[in-house]
Amino acid sequence: MTNTIRISGSLRNRLMITLISGSAILGIILFFIVRGYATQIAQDGQDNILKASLSSILDAATIQDGLVEVDFPYASLSMLDTDLDDRVFYAIYQDGILLSGYKGLPAPSSLTGETRTFQTIKYKGTFARVANANRILVGERGRIEISVSVAQTQDDLSRTLNSISKNVAVFGAGFFILVAALSYLATSTTINPLMRLAASIKKRGPKDLSPFEKEIPSEMVPLVSSLNRLMGRLDLSLKQSEDFIAEAAHRVRTPLATVRSYADATLQRVSKSENREALRSMVRAIDEASRAASQLLDHAMITFRTDHLQKEYIDLIDLVQDLALRLSPIAEMKDVKILVNYKNPVEIHGDFILIQNAIRNLIDNALKYSPNEAIIKISVGSEPTPYLKIHDGGPGFPPDDIQNLTLRFTRGKNANGIIGSGLGLTIAKDVANAHNGRLEIFNHKKGGACAILSF
Amino acid sequence: MRYIIVLVLIFITYSLNAEEWEDQSIFSSGSTNQTLRILSSTDTSFFEPILKSYLIDNPATKIEYLVTGTASLDKIFRNTPEKYDLVISSAMDLQLKLVNDGFAIKIQDSNHPSWAKWRKSLFAFTIEPAAIVINKRAFANQKIPQSRQDLIKALRSRSKFFQNKLGTYDVRKSGLGYLFATQDARTSETYWRLMEVMGGLGTQLYCCSGDMIDDLISGKIAVAYNVLSSYAGARKKVSDEIEIILPADFPTTMMRTAMVSKLAPNVENAKNFMLHLLKTQLKPADKNNYTLPPLLLKPGQQTIILEPALMTYLDKLKRQTFIKEWERAIIQ
Amino acid sequence: MKYLLVEDNHELANAICSRIKFDGHVIDHADKLEDAIAYSNTGEYDLIFLDIMLPDGDGRSFLKHHRDQKKDTPIIVLTARSQVSDRISLLDLGADDYVTKPFDHAELQARCRAVLRRKAGTAQTILQFGDVAFNPLAGQLSIRDKMVNLRNRELRLFELLLNARGQIFSKQKLIDRLFSLDEDVSENAIEVYVGRLRKHLEDTSLKISTHRSLGYRLDDD
Repeated sequence: MTNTIRISGSLRNRLMITLISGSAILGIILFFIVRGYATQIAQDGQDNILKASLSSILDAATIQDGLVEVDFPYASLSMLDTDLDDRVFYAIYQDGILLSGYKGLPAPSSLTGETRTFQTIKYKGTFARVANANRILVGERGRIEISVSVAQTQDDLSRTLNSISKNVAVFGAGFFILVAALSYLATSTTINPLMRLAASIKKRGPKDLSPFEKEIPSEMVPLVSSLNRLMGRLDLSLKQSEDFIAEAAHRVRTPLATVRSYADATLQRVSKSENREALRSMVRAIDEASRAASQLLDHAMITFRTDHLQKEYIDLIDLVQDLALRLSPIAEMKDVKILVNYKNPVEIHGDFILIQNAIRNLIDNALKYSPNEAIIKISVGSEPTPYLKIHDGGPGFPPDDIQNLTLRFTRGKNANGIIGSGLGLTIAKDVANAHNGRLEIFNHKKGGACAILSF
Repeated sequence: MRYIIVLVLIFITYSLNAEEWEDQSIFSSGSTNQTLRILSSTDTSFFEPILKSYLIDNPATKIEYLVTGTASLDKIFRNTPEKYDLVISSAMDLQLKLVNDGFAIKIQDSNHPSWAKWRKSLFAFTIEPAAIVINKRAFANQKIPQSRQDLIKALRSRSKFFQNKLGTYDVRKSGLGYLFATQDARTSETYWRLMEVMGGLGTQLYCCSGDMIDDLISGKIAVAYNVLSSYAGARKKVSDEIEIILPADFPTTMMRTAMVSKLAPNVENAKNFMLHLLKTQLKPADKNNYTLPPLLLKPGQQTIILEPALMTYLDKLKRQTFIKEWERAIIQ
Repeated sequence: MKYLLVEDNHELANAICSRIKFDGHVIDHADKLEDAIAYSNTGEYDLIFLDIMLPDGDGRSFLKHHRDQKKDTPIIVLTARSQVSDRISLLDLGADDYVTKPFDHAELQARCRAVLRRKAGTAQTILQFGDVAFNPLAGQLSIRDKMVNLRNRELRLFELLLNARGQIFSKQKLIDRLFSLDEDVSENAIEVYVGRLRKHLEDTSLKISTHRSLGYRLDDD
């Protein structure tokens, strides 16, 4: 009995999605942080060079014969050379008036002292980084403020940043892939104990309801202890069922036994025919009741057991001979002989108790329906598959009913007077089916009923 | 050749916006539907082979080739950048400033060596050292000076002989001359000493290499300093009176550069021509055909570097200072 | 025969005892395990009937005790349990046979007979009646030292008549004793068996006499 289990999501997927999306978000954040940091550093790099160039120009400012001269060295602009040939702009102001250089560059605010400012502006159609600084020259005619601005486009800077971005992106992607792989590993490692638990449950035999002994991770403790408790309750419940059945059997059978014994005893003492008839009817009724009880209980047990076959290797011939021996006193009462014949040893793989029960039922049937001094032949063989054939010397199965006889509680038309419950053949058939075998019943051409149980 | 190239050289002298061209020529084959206006400082005769080879591949083009001095070239172009497709000049500093000021367009897939281009907009296509050129007769039986130092010694030893027999660029008028002078000056003090010596002996100042070489050949001057060795070389093939000396101490080497104007009326043609020019110049010189020196560095050879620092000496203040000093040295 | 019945249900015990006594045997009854042990220690029994479910313990421990004491009195277990769940058979524990309640007396008798036969030692009592020798345990009849092949019912009929020599058994009574209750048997069948037995006992001192409308009787002449 299997329910279709409703699946909602997957632990593995949930874990992986969490890990991967988390790392993706972190990766993106990291990318922007690194990029920002790189931008800062690269900009600082450019600014430093601009600062140096600025200094060299400012330092070259002098007053010669009352006129300002700024004889800045070749190196001032040479140092601004970049791989991508960034454009360079500069401007030299004297007290706010442009002495030489490019127009339109921001001049530093009129501050006294030496200060430096950096800014990025749009100039001549592109972005340029500008550095400004001032210097005060003292001449004969008083103080002169020299302001210098040096600017450089950011082609090289952009290329550096782009390559950094690309590299960071590649690293980020690599990191991400690694994390994904790691996530998969981590997920598997985490899920493994669950899988192992499932495997070990699967490996257990049908009756194994013992608690789990193996060590488990702490997070699984609630699950496993609940499982253990469940199995404990199940075990208890099963035991209670078994005990109940046994108890029921006992409580039903003991009074029946009492009544039957008394009836039997009384019958021996009574001579009046109607009393005798009454007592015989009583005994017959009790026998029917007890047989019914037996077979019902057996049938219940068997139905339960066919779901949990306890298979072992069985010597079929041994089993049959044992049964024949056990039933021989009853057979003897009717002077019925049970003959077991076989050629070679026959071994089958099946549940001992179920098979024993099935065969006993069939032999029982044969005994019931055989007249006095009849012979019941049991043959055991293994061609083509292991089988058991019981041929009794009775009247045979009622031909029209033969199909239905294996149905529960169906008794043949010739069963009148014979006490039974109609479950014997059903039990044999159920056991055969549980072992992927079959039960065939038919009437032998020489007379008598034949039942073949094959596995 | 299926196409017969008809060379029509029309010498037209007319004033166009008060401009006077040193030379103005039109190159085309019969039918044209493309135009190209080139503004250059290179003599037409030097550039002709390149123009002709371009016309072979692009026969339907009409090329207008205009020549003027480097300084005026810069001025003219700045005034009307929309009138010219290509600007070719030997004044590397002026060219670089043009590009820095945003006058050029980028050519992305030029496959040109990185040291010979700036911002993928300015392309160098020749290697031309500055030379000391002497009149052979003036140094008959004399040791020929190999360096500036040697020249100073030589001049001092025969100071009377060399009186007023020296020539160099007027750096106030010639862009190339100014470039050579400033590069020399920043490299070594020897330059100023040479200038002082030359100034003391009396030096003729010229606007262009051609005139300097003419006077050398005629004997009017005995030594010309900082002449373009390529020009001298071309003239030497014709008249062997001159000797070209590349100074051993430090050779100042310039590169002729070209750019496509951002506002060029025929951008695609201009780009095409540029690529053709660069491809041609990367091949070794054809001994038979007389062309410009190719863009091939000899081992260990160094040129003036294409970098923003070239603008240093274009600075107003610095120029003032330099010219003052130069005048003080050379004009006494 | 001397039997011991170990059964805690008194009503059932009474029923069984009265039925056994009717057959002419002696039977003692113990309703507790400790009594059972006491009885078995003191008395010599031919056979013990043991109920598995006892108030003061499992009957299995009696089996174990019995075996440990190396007593060889055969034990037939009376059990109400379903056979399906008891894989460890009572036989493995030391019982000689078992019947499930409620049981048919005829079956019980047959099993007693079989068990006793198996347990029969070398010293067996043989009853002699002239030319007739009868081994009650083995259930063998020999006449003039020749074994007579008796059918089961014939043997039981003989035993019945022999054990109550001088008593008249009506046909009805014989049917009750020889056939199980679900067998529909006419009085003819008895006549048949009696006839057969008579044939075997020809020329012997044992004779089955017919008493009109009363029954049959075995006489030893």
